[in-house]
Amino acid sequence: MLEHVELFFKSIFIDNMVFAVFLGMCSYLAVSKKVATAVGLGAAVIFVLAVTVPLNWLLDKYLLQDGALVWLGPEYADYNLSFLSFILFIATIATMVQLVEIVVEKFSPSLYNSLGIFLPLIAVNCAILGGSLFMQAREIETLGLAFNYGVSSGIGWFLAILAIAAIREKIRYSNVPAPLRGLGITFIITGLMGIGFQSFGGMLTGGDDAAEEANEQVNQIVEPKVIAPKEDIVEKNKEIDEEVISYNDVNK
Amino acid sequence: MALLSKKDTNLILDPLADNNPITIQVLGICSALAITAELNASLVMAISVMFVLGAGNVVISLMRNIIPSKIRIIVQLIVVATLVIIVDQVLKAFAYELSKTLAVFVGLIITNCIIMGRFEAFALANGPWRSFLDGIGNSLGYGIILIIVGFFRELLGSGTLFGIPVFGDPIAKTGLYSTGYENNGFMIIPPAALIVVGIIIWVQRSRNPALVEEN
Repeated sequence: MLEHVELFFKSIFIDNMVFAVFLGMCSYLAVSKKVATAVGLGAAVIFVLAVTVPLNWLLDKYLLQDGALVWLGPEYADYNLSFLSFILFIATIATMVQLVEIVVEKFSPSLYNSLGIFLPLIAVNCAILGGSLFMQAREIETLGLAFNYGVSSGIGWFLAILAIAAIREKIRYSNVPAPLRGLGITFIITGLMGIGFQSFGGMLTGGDDAAEEANEQVNQIVEPKVIAPKEDIVEKNKEIDEEVISYNDVNK
Repeated sequence: MALLSKKDTNLILDPLADNNPITIQVLGICSALAITAELNASLVMAISVMFVLGAGNVVISLMRNIIPSKIRIIVQLIVVATLVIIVDQVLKAFAYELSKTLAVFVGLIITNCIIMGRFEAFALANGPWRSFLDGIGNSLGYGIILIIVGFFRELLGSGTLFGIPVFGDPIAKTGLYSTGYENNGFMIIPPAALIVVGIIIWVQRSRNPALVEEN
């Protein structure tokens, strides 16, 4: 349970899709002029990530990994198809997006009206493919965690686009230097927000890394001071005793 | 007759400045930002994109009359994914360290918006030779921004270029460091890339006021 909570907050704040790894920047910049459209796209991204990451996890686990085909029989244990992951992941994503679009259109026309126009855009959103590739690179262990990872990184992306859309709506009334208007100022604001998000880095470690390193160094310095084993002390005592005895003998 | 007509030359030169894919068309930003902390990685990324976009544009342009328009996105994705797998395998074989640095960002060339954008906007409507030139031009424009950003981030952030120390040794305090100069750790963290690109956009639009956006 704890690992779920940890992964959830880590993917939203620390490894935020936009501010930490810059995924989905194209649609982030293009569709963030109004809050309403940003919310629509953000919701669609959460939805698609929640579907595709667990699906690609299954593909990775039972088809692509080194030795993943072993369930077919022992003679397949040597196969490593991981070089195919790009093409399979992107094919899964493109088909799932298409499928989701058709299903949503059929069963929930109102949801389709709010999400529909964004769904085709999403197939080529790097945040979606990035979600699957990071899931593979970080070796997420269970299907549940993969689903959690998909949802929470989607929420992180949603928060980011919501924030920038709100700022861009306000900044329209500000006097931005002409060459920076539009794209330029959006980049710089995103950079500043990214620096802000870096401060979440210590959230789960309970302090910044520097403090931990300092602790480790202190421990290393302390270690060699461990008291010498008893036998050594006993031997030294014997030596001292002998010296004293011989000294006494001489003095006699 | 020259090898390139004036129109063809423009296909290559336009994206370098006034129609730059990153700063003007706002395409392909994801990878441009994440891997530019080192000049080496920027250069390899630029070359990879040039290969994928040049070859992909030709393939799509050759197939443009037989692709049904309803499934063209999937066809385009498959073509790109195949080319990216080739790049990934070559990198793993000949530059393993670098492929570890680039990690998932090689795979993310697939969803690089420049590639899909150029397929949609150019290769589907033009012949193979012109599409090839367009691909090379746009990837050069992309590469130039990557290299500028990578240059400043590596120079100011670690004091090196291509991993070679430029300013002297920061620990032994030789060269420029003896005057009290310090590396700017700020340039290494990811958000600095956004600010550097923002400044490039600022400089470019100040020089050419025609590019300034409405608010």
